[in-house]
Amino acid sequence: MAAVEKCEPRTESSGSRTEPLIFEESVPGRRGVDVAGGAQSIARARDLIGSELCRADLPGFPEVSEPQALRHFLRLSQLNFGQALQFYPLGSCTMKYNPVLNDEMAALPGFANLHPFTPPDLAQGALALIARLEAILAELTGMDAVSLHPAAGAQGELTGLLMIRAWHDRQGRRRHKVIIPDTAHGTNPASCTLAGFSVVVAHSERRGYLKEADVRRLLNDDVAALMVTNPNTEGIFEPEISAIAAALHQCGAQLYLDGANLNALLGVAKPGDMGADVVQLNLHKTFSTPHGGGGPGAGPVAVRNHLAPFLPVPRVVQRADGSFELDHNRPDSIGRLRSFHGNFGMMVRAYAYMLAMGGDGLALASRVAILNANYVRRRLANRFPNASAEPTLHECVLTHDLEKRTGISTIDIAKRLLDFGIHPPTIYFPLTVPGALMIEPTETEDRATLDRFVSAMEQIYDEALSAPEIVKGAPHTLALGRVDEVKAARHPILRWNPART
Amino acid sequence: MRFIPHTEAELAEMLTVVGAHELDDLIAHIPLELRMKASLKLPPGMDEAQVAVEIAQLAGRNPGADRFVSFLGFGCYRHYVPAAVRAVTSRAEFATSYTPYQPEASQGTTQAIFEFQTLITQLTGLEVANASMYDGASAAAEAVLMARRVLPKRRMVALSRGLWPQYRQTIRTYLSAQTELELVEIPYNRTSGNCELAALEKLADDRLLCAVAGYPNAFGVVEPFGSIAELCHRAGALAIAATAEPLALGLLTPPGELGADVAVGEAQSFGIAPEFGGPGLGYFATRSAYVRQMPGRLVGITTDRNGRRAYCLTLASREQHIRREKATSNICTNNSLCALAATVYLTLMGRQGLSELAARNVELAYEAQSVLENNGLGRRFSAPFFNEFVIELRNPSAALAAARDQGILAGVALASDYPEIAGGILISVTELNAREEFGRLAGALREGL
Repeated sequence: MAAVEKCEPRTESSGSRTEPLIFEESVPGRRGVDVAGGAQSIARARDLIGSELCRADLPGFPEVSEPQALRHFLRLSQLNFGQALQFYPLGSCTMKYNPVLNDEMAALPGFANLHPFTPPDLAQGALALIARLEAILAELTGMDAVSLHPAAGAQGELTGLLMIRAWHDRQGRRRHKVIIPDTAHGTNPASCTLAGFSVVVAHSERRGYLKEADVRRLLNDDVAALMVTNPNTEGIFEPEISAIAAALHQCGAQLYLDGANLNALLGVAKPGDMGADVVQLNLHKTFSTPHGGGGPGAGPVAVRNHLAPFLPVPRVVQRADGSFELDHNRPDSIGRLRSFHGNFGMMVRAYAYMLAMGGDGLALASRVAILNANYVRRRLANRFPNASAEPTLHECVLTHDLEKRTGISTIDIAKRLLDFGIHPPTIYFPLTVPGALMIEPTETEDRATLDRFVSAMEQIYDEALSAPEIVKGAPHTLALGRVDEVKAARHPILRWNPART
Repeated sequence: MRFIPHTEAELAEMLTVVGAHELDDLIAHIPLELRMKASLKLPPGMDEAQVAVEIAQLAGRNPGADRFVSFLGFGCYRHYVPAAVRAVTSRAEFATSYTPYQPEASQGTTQAIFEFQTLITQLTGLEVANASMYDGASAAAEAVLMARRVLPKRRMVALSRGLWPQYRQTIRTYLSAQTELELVEIPYNRTSGNCELAALEKLADDRLLCAVAGYPNAFGVVEPFGSIAELCHRAGALAIAATAEPLALGLLTPPGELGADVAVGEAQSFGIAPEFGGPGLGYFATRSAYVRQMPGRLVGITTDRNGRRAYCLTLASREQHIRREKATSNICTNNSLCALAATVYLTLMGRQGLSELAARNVELAYEAQSVLENNGLGRRFSAPFFNEFVIELRNPSAALAAARDQGILAGVALASDYPEIAGGILISVTELNAREEFGRLAGALREGL
């Protein structure tokens, strides 16, 4: 008989616990599903396929019951912060409320059980939804055509850049460079490399935005495009964007507008009017689909007419009789970047969001998101000044003098915020702002939440001066204390192995 | 608007704080010519009941989803999803969290990813797996790009023609700007349906970068991956196994054991509904030696300041947010919640259940195949298969139409992707198919003989 484990009362707060790995909870012979046919079918299947092609066993695989499995994962859930539970003002991530109806809608059997090779005439509802969502995104961006094919923002970037490359090829020229401002997300330069372009960095200096003159200086006939986020990662509208677009077009280059921050622009200004040739969007930012702990997302691309022939396949097209069809036969298309027609489950959620919001609701959302960011900026101005003097749109990037004064760094502030039950902002980004705290409250947070955040930040600032060890040692109230990330990289252990973990 | 909490009074107070009179003052600095003059041409918002009705109407116009008996596969599979999977993935703590950049606030996500990475290594027989990719096709493309970083001087990428067309097309797109690489095709054996080893042997010289083959392949047959890997290794190239139906790995020898250097695939089968083809779940596993060349996120073990076990993202110096244009990939958001679904699914299936379910798929598929054969509908290929197989008919369109008339989606026609199998239909059988459906399927398909 196995030794009986003694049950002890808790000595730490209920939050202070960790959960064993599921593999450590295994009991040989235990199972979490019953399968019709049972174990007898294994021997028969091995005979049918040929046992020489089969494995002996799945060593190490979990052996737990259904209730045990459920408890394990529900206990893990308790170790997470989430937007639905906590204020989560991650800059450039747009952690707005994810309407719960939308998950239910995506799970409707008519969508969830729809196989991608279903004959199109038996999937007209899904195809209509894609077409309608594309039309809404075209209206919001002021662009001519939209594809919902890309799986996430970075794949949308690759899609847009490959289309620009194909367009240049069509003009009979090969261009090798893409200009990217120093405030850009890391995906922008990484996507350029994948699309075969080298990166030329445009410096925004301390101003926080791009000057047309600086872009002109970098322009030549080897530049394929400029890739810029607007509003940029400092939450600033690029004031010279139209002149920059004109300069690019004059030189035969394209304007790629990264729409990661589109939550500032709904019903405010359209990328198409700014001269953009390609815009990529993130349904999981602006259009409320859940982030899921790092995806799945969806990264639609919107283009002007001259780039439309290059959009990925398949395209959803409408026939004369009003029905929808998938068109794979597009000779100029850059091809496909994934299996099937896009992250359809995300499209259902985004479309439900659009219906709920309507045009007026979307326009209000951007304006209130801008108000919230300005409110935080103003309320914190004394302790955490904004990095730039320019007006703020949907997010503000704050900095501070604590590092110089007390040795308290931005990461300490971030960890201390966790003790206040607030997820930290994006930190140390953009790279142009030392010790940056990039705060995007979104429109779905109320004034009281923002006031609590402001109060927490003020207290942390004052603590940093009066009792810096509290801030330095944070967090103090979570299941775990500060995690040693350097150690993880020094001796990487990337899977469970009973001998080592 | 129900998602926006601000009352008129609160708006007024907050505007005062920021020194504005009205909301539009806050956008007045945007150049006038760029500010929208007219309202968006979109209908007004709806209440929740209206949204639910509108969306349900669209869902109801997809009879192919739930009003037919289905034998559709070819890279996306119909499997039962245990209720516990949704009970976990619908938890807002998981669903509404961001990428776990703050490990202290993300131990649920990071530990689940660590468990996912472990499960994928156990399943594939390889040493290291990442946190997920978008899907199987893009994971296969990333595998080729990694091979290129491992063997930068080699130029030739060999793709088995038995690899799904959507995978081959995706790889082609991902490599379209890497102009120095040459893509070549390895034919399949017209009798067995397996990769033609003699053809690969001819290609396998010091220019060969890697070969990619399906395991099982697009025709459902089990490739002799050990021989493929051996030919690659003899030439100093990498062998990449791509799997779209990883349930097969509950029964088949894992690709890592057969010599695969990289095993990628689509894990949609593990607890994720077809959802018209997305989101799915890409996985990526390889040897430890290549860990620093891998794309995507990795979670590792560490400790907190009190020495307690903790999990966090690690080896991020490969990634775009650190390395920018020198990153191993541009991937950022991946398919984390789908990886959580697969982790719960594989945990429930467990050591015994996964093999049993794989075996049940095999039994049903072989039974369906034998019913068809007894009705004069023979198999196109002879190699052993997992849960899908190809038949060839004189008139596949007539057969599929006849089946539809009887409420059956009989399979995927192969002609557009494989003109050389003009009459081919790929039939996929899973545990969601009942034995009594096979006779009806045979009766309908006989219309195409």
